[in-house]
Amino acid sequence: MKIRLSDPAKNIAKRFFQNRLTRISLVIVLLLSLGALAAPLLSPYAYDDQDLDLGPVPPQASHWLGTDDLGRDLFTRLLYGGRVSLAVGLAATLVALGIGVSYGTISGYAGGRTDQILMRIVDALYALPFTVFVIILMVVFGRNILLLFVAIGAVEWLTMARIVRGQVLALKDQTYIRAARALGFSHLRIMVRHMIPNMIGPVIVYTTLTIPRVILLESFLSFLGLGVQPPMSSWGLLIRDGARAMESYPWLLIVPGTTLCVALFALNSIGDGLRDAMDPRHQRAT
Amino acid sequence: MFKFLLQRLLIAIPVLWVAITIAFILVRLAPGGPFTDERAYPPHTLEQLQRHYGLDASLPVQYARYLMGLLRGDLGPSLTQGGRTVQEIITTALPISLELGAWSLLVALLIGIPAGLASALKPGSALDHATMASALIGICIPPFVLGPLLVLFFSLQLGWVHAAGWNTASDRILPSITLGIVYAAYIARLARAGLLEVLPMDYIRTAHAKGLHPIRVIGIHALKPGILPVISFMGPAIAGLISGSFVVETLFHIPGLGRVFVSAAFNRDYTLVLGLVAFYAALVIACNTLVDVALAILNPRIKLNP
Repeated sequence: MKIRLSDPAKNIAKRFFQNRLTRISLVIVLLLSLGALAAPLLSPYAYDDQDLDLGPVPPQASHWLGTDDLGRDLFTRLLYGGRVSLAVGLAATLVALGIGVSYGTISGYAGGRTDQILMRIVDALYALPFTVFVIILMVVFGRNILLLFVAIGAVEWLTMARIVRGQVLALKDQTYIRAARALGFSHLRIMVRHMIPNMIGPVIVYTTLTIPRVILLESFLSFLGLGVQPPMSSWGLLIRDGARAMESYPWLLIVPGTTLCVALFALNSIGDGLRDAMDPRHQRAT
Repeated sequence: MFKFLLQRLLIAIPVLWVAITIAFILVRLAPGGPFTDERAYPPHTLEQLQRHYGLDASLPVQYARYLMGLLRGDLGPSLTQGGRTVQEIITTALPISLELGAWSLLVALLIGIPAGLASALKPGSALDHATMASALIGICIPPFVLGPLLVLFFSLQLGWVHAAGWNTASDRILPSITLGIVYAAYIARLARAGLLEVLPMDYIRTAHAKGLHPIRVIGIHALKPGILPVISFMGPAIAGLISGSFVVETLFHIPGLGRVFVSAAFNRDYTLVLGLVAFYAALVIACNTLVDVALAILNPRIKLNP
């Protein structure tokens, strides 16, 4: 005889899609990602195509969102900027995820003095003004985009490590873990095969919430002139250029600024939606 | 309490040391130096400059010298701001940044707490939804977007305030709002959540039942435990204000520490960068300690753990 249980994944998905704000946000993020991926198909221009004779023009038929002072098409630069911003967001989040999950798992699993020392290190690192170090790092190693991933990822792993450690501590005394240990499985196998898959929920939620934080940090650096370098494009860089030209050409600021805010908003509310869906006890603020 | 502060101080020392060491290694790995200019110095001038600032010694020696200086409270001379010491630069710029930070914090608290309170008193009402929706939007507008937009509207279009500078009283308005509004949004959400947990409690009902004035019940009995999450948030908020100040001070041309730090990093002014790293790290540690003390005073159940 087969007992039918309601599938938890299905329930989560159902709760996730019930929220209208989450659905809208999902569509926004999908559109932005598709736009970034399909940039060369959507626009006849390249991100660094200049048209100095044209100069800056407001939005019109041939340039949907206008052009900047070098006559570069803003819509195109926005799409390509989305590529950079979203790619940095994903890649740096993966770095943070990797460091945070392994660090937290090891700390929680080892327990005792090792755990205490490792967590004290995290506490100490929390006390450091991290943007300061990221700024130094970017100045020192010359605005390399790969380094940007690593630098941001290395900053954002702390909270992940704490969350994962908490999960591991809760899982550690469960009978199936004890059984695995009694069967003589190696520690590595227990951690990788038995523990990590069972704490995927909170990890996914926090990962989703890390992406907008990372995108924000990248834009912050690019705004200070420390992130992505022209003629490349990223949302932060476009905002920086826009802020310089806003007196005469306000659309150059308003368009990328709005795009960044909408993207951050959508990503955050997807993260919130996931958290609500996975943990129904947790109620969203609105 | 005294023991707690002492323990915190003991932990702060290695943290500061780590911060300074990481920063020292980072700035020294950098290609170029403080005297790499567009027009190169003649070799013997460069040599003299390096000897004057002790940059000709080996790195471990320089590192040891710097730490020794630090122990004496000497942050050394700035390498790029002819003759001024790091202390002088920090003491000139610090009051400006402190003032900016204080105004921003005031904006955050004066908007955030009443908004959170209003929301929590009528959960589910139109006011609650409107407040929380604005808070959600506020969180998603970073200062480097909000700042230029405010300048565009209030100074370039309306001409009410200056676009940049830090001279008149009205010059304080836009930077403080730019820096503070995100925290107002966070604080509103945290205050609402904190109060919503407290308001249904029995002792609040008792307070109402024994005929206390509602303002007293809400303002004293409920608010005190209800804003604990807001107080805990102050630690990260201060750290956030520091990084926000980099953008806001650059944007509005405010001669504060944030702008000094960004330009020092760009110019590879080693001593100035290190001095500011040490200062910022000490500031963050001090603020976190203060937050913990405040939490313990407000809630006697919280034990002070170093």
